[in-house]
Amino acid sequence: MSETEDQVETQMLPLDGWHRARGARMVPFAGYEMPIQYEGIMAEHEWARTHAGLFDVSHMGQLIVEGDGAAEALEAIMPGDFSALKPGRIRYSLLLAEDGGILDDLMVTNVTESEGATPRYYVVVNGATKWDDIGFLREHLPDEITLNHLDDRGLLALQGPEAAAVLDTLVPGVADELSFMQGTSREWNGAPLGIGRGGYTGEDGFELSYPADKLEDLANALVADERVRPIGLGARDSLRLEAGLPLYGHDLDESVDPVEGSAAFAISKARREQGGFHGAERILAALANGPAKKLVGFSVEGRMPVREGAPVFAGTEEVGRVTSGGFAPTVGAPIAMGYVAAAYTAPGTALEAEVRGKRVPLTVAQMPFVPHRYHRKGAAK
Amino acid sequence: MTRYFTEDHEWIEVDGDTATVGITDYAQGQLGDIVFVEVPAGGTALSKGGEAAVVESVKAASDVYSPVSGTVTEGNPALEDDPALVNTAPEGDGWFFKLTITDAGELDGLMDEAAYKAFCDTL
Repeated sequence: MSETEDQVETQMLPLDGWHRARGARMVPFAGYEMPIQYEGIMAEHEWARTHAGLFDVSHMGQLIVEGDGAAEALEAIMPGDFSALKPGRIRYSLLLAEDGGILDDLMVTNVTESEGATPRYYVVVNGATKWDDIGFLREHLPDEITLNHLDDRGLLALQGPEAAAVLDTLVPGVADELSFMQGTSREWNGAPLGIGRGGYTGEDGFELSYPADKLEDLANALVADERVRPIGLGARDSLRLEAGLPLYGHDLDESVDPVEGSAAFAISKARREQGGFHGAERILAALANGPAKKLVGFSVEGRMPVREGAPVFAGTEEVGRVTSGGFAPTVGAPIAMGYVAAAYTAPGTALEAEVRGKRVPLTVAQMPFVPHRYHRKGAAK
Repeated sequence: MTRYFTEDHEWIEVDGDTATVGITDYAQGQLGDIVFVEVPAGGTALSKGGEAAVVESVKAASDVYSPVSGTVTEGNPALEDDPALVNTAPEGDGWFFKLTITDAGELDGLMDEAAYKAFCDTL
């Protein structure tokens, strides 16, 4: 694993100075110095839910997988139906180890230029896992498929109910052109801008890929709009937890398969019938028979947060563990996510977590905790 | 009344053999939005530097240590309903607990306000 050890030195984001100039408190995360908060997590969280928040996610890995047979090559590793994914469409998928354990969760956009052109996929992976992901993909993709790491590009996410209106002022027509999980590309200020309508807050929003050396121009243009404020990692975490979205390395990891990780929705119908992806035997059996344990959401009684690592009990029996937890600003109460044994996964099941030697009542909850407000095709604006 | 400070960012205001303890304005600024505080119950015996309370921000839980040894007379009941008092009035209404001091000599190693301010400037 010398490759990951070589990466221990903390890197700077392209917008490092920009964040500091805006009063961000910087902390090490995923090998980068990243802004955890500017004015405060609660205010930033609330801003993203009511206006538009700008997140710097340039630590994430942006990859291009290209070549004849690229869809099929990705399908051998991941459970997505990439052959059926049309140009300009985005899918959430999972990078699977040979035994079906989850190596990463990621977004795949078909960016094939036109009918009959060489198939080309834009893949965004987690920052903490990107070097391992690249190594794994290089090892498992056939030689005729090329893999490029777009390490000269930055990535911003603009999230919130006013995000579409704001972005439309910079990129006219984009709000009408794209619905949730659709992508396009434009030229902005003389450089190529990749745009995907999605994100990880539960709000409508966009992810914007732009050259790292010009990223400050884009960030400045966005925050020049009074509806936009920069948001740190702290609020990103509370927003995604409320939206019931798992965080890789916490809620998902190599020890769980997609069925256990409540990510079976990422296994398309065709792939369930065909199999042929990493771990298909184990995963299809878990789909048919039910998993032994499953990722669920928890409502927490009282005000005391229940955090990652807290054991979960049904009476005296330990039946699970919390993998993410904290105070949910929009909900106004603590919430959590974690694994419990199959018998305890039904919403409404009463359990307890142990925090500092005390028992805290929990209830298995439907996720998301805060309804998603994605701009789905055909839905009213 | 005299106020002392610790390197762990607690303050203690001493009045005879009783004292009030909280966390400093610097500490609340570092922690960010506080959503829960667990204060010790009356009667709890605390030792100098030992865990006395827990303060939870949106992001994480942090321990609060007792600046001196003593016996808790009361935890601040207002923090149960309004933990954000620690953000808005950290060195006033957002106090954590009151105690009876066991050994007033333990106060000697603590900083006064000027020394604490100088200490924070080095951080």
